Amino acid sequence: MVDIFGGIIEAFQLIVTGDPMLYGIVYRTLFFSGIAVILATLWGTPISMLLGLREFRGKSIVKGLFSTLIGIPTVVLGLFLFLIFSRGGPLGFLGLLYTPGAIIIGEAILVTPILVSIMTTAIEAVDPEIMKLAKTLGASESQASIAVLKEAINGVLLSNVASFNRAIAELGVALLVGGNITGLTDVLTTAISRYTARGDLDLAIALGILLMLIVFSINMIIIAARKAKILLTIGRSPQ
Amino acid sequence: MTVVAELKDVTKRYGDKTVVDNVSLQIQQGEILALLGPNGSGKTTILKILAFLENTSGGEVKLEGETITSKKEENARLKTTLVFQKTILFDTSVYNNIAYGLKIRKVSKEELDKSVRRALKLVRLEGFESRPARKLSGGEQQRVAIARALVLESKLLLLDEPTANLDPKNSEIIEEVIDAANRQNKLTIIMATHNMFQAKTLPHRIALMNEGKITEIGEPTEIFGKLSKNIASFAALRNTFRGTASLTEEGSTIVDIGNGVKIEITSQRQGETSIFINPQDIILSEKPIESSARNVFKAIITEVTDTGSLVKLRVDAGKPFTVQITKRSFTEMGLNLGHKVFIVFKASSVQVL
Repeated sequence: MVDIFGGIIEAFQLIVTGDPMLYGIVYRTLFFSGIAVILATLWGTPISMLLGLREFRGKSIVKGLFSTLIGIPTVVLGLFLFLIFSRGGPLGFLGLLYTPGAIIIGEAILVTPILVSIMTTAIEAVDPEIMKLAKTLGASESQASIAVLKEAINGVLLSNVASFNRAIAELGVALLVGGNITGLTDVLTTAISRYTARGDLDLAIALGILLMLIVFSINMIIIAARKAKILLTIGRSPQ
Repeated sequence: MTVVAELKDVTKRYGDKTVVDNVSLQIQQGEILALLGPNGSGKTTILKILAFLENTSGGEVKLEGETITSKKEENARLKTTLVFQKTILFDTSVYNNIAYGLKIRKVSKEELDKSVRRALKLVRLEGFESRPARKLSGGEQQRVAIARALVLESKLLLLDEPTANLDPKNSEIIEEVIDAANRQNKLTIIMATHNMFQAKTLPHRIALMNEGKITEIGEPTEIFGKLSKNIASFAALRNTFRGTASLTEEGSTIVDIGNGVKIEITSQRQGETSIFINPQDIILSEKPIESSARNVFKAIITEVTDTGSLVKLRVDAGKPFTVQITKRSFTEMGLNLGHKVFIVFKASSVQVL
């Protein structure tokens, strides 16, 4: 019989006492997901701007592709990346398999579709006249595009938060290309699966609670940010 | 006289529709030029071409003597600024809106701060710096848009119907600002309008536009003189009528514009006369009201256009009239299409063209 109650008590003890192994996993999870979202934003923003602001042939196909890829099963992407990063694979020479780098790149690829889809929708929702307005006030093509992006700031933030949520909660990519190596590439989801399989329920429950807390806090931040929309968009202005 | 900008045989087509048809125009340094014409006559497109936001299908656009090719457009846009008819503001504070163009021009922080405050004072919005721009009233928003353009001290300021859909108080402030900017800073201004009154008082020159062409160009007195003889082509201009004036026994003048509509005016006239009534000067009532106003007509509402805080109505009183009232009055009076109303205006509100 599994002692669920005892597991929960011990889990809280681990959380409260600040167990270094436990918090090491939390730290890695936040760090990998954070860097992955930054990477995805770096390449996702120009793609979104292209899709949101320009007209070209095949645009709707590209947009359709990104929204379809939102639902890609993480294990399938994990397997695909495993084949690429494994020694015999096309990028095997980089030696990335079972390193933090592989997880970060994998998660960045995983969240790109959701990031691009939300950001593109946000950019498309901006009044098209904003571009012309910025231009007539003297902005160059790229400065005007940035003005549009600023107008879409709420959607941009939302795309980042949603991507972070997706990265932090996924299992397949981290497990297959990270290898779940203790103290190096294990993250909240992979560690939970390991400790559950081993019967270390206190650890598994503690990690589960922390993961839930993180996801919950992120969503609270979104709600608060929406409420403070005016503050966010106005920014600093001299008194 | 220095020529600031010039259009040479400019044509603009959208598909097979020609919206600007072989237009040539020289804009002199320091003048206010009004483009006057009905909706769809090409006014906005000309402004967009001069703002380098729209390419031409043919012809040449010159700025300060230099022909502007597509490569030079970005640079040329630093010298001309367009204020759109529909007010568009960035979703940020009033201060940041006005500062935008100056930041692009890399103006020093101190200079920027001074300029923004000066511009706000000009449009009488001091103390509005940190207010969210999009939370302001329609009139205040348009004043921010004007300030945002004025602050750049462009070679050429382009205004597309700057006071359309605004209440009289805001319109007056904007007209004063335009006038002051031109007089004090010698700013060259082109404005599109179909407001006869505005066209008569503000500009140094008027270009009459119809179906993508400039049909007449000249000083206001000259143009209005010609216009009164050729009003038919300007039927689309609101509340402009042509009729026969005759003196009554009491010494007042009545202009018979046909269909039984006889309008009393204050100036003494006889014979063919063209008149204009500002839509804002017409009062709408459900019952005939006792007042000093000399002109009262029964009418039916035929068209309702919501323009924000104001509602524009087309009414048929034998002749079509355009009336502008606040949305609040419109709702409170429970008006709608087909409603029978009275339109009332003073003889002194009728302007003879």
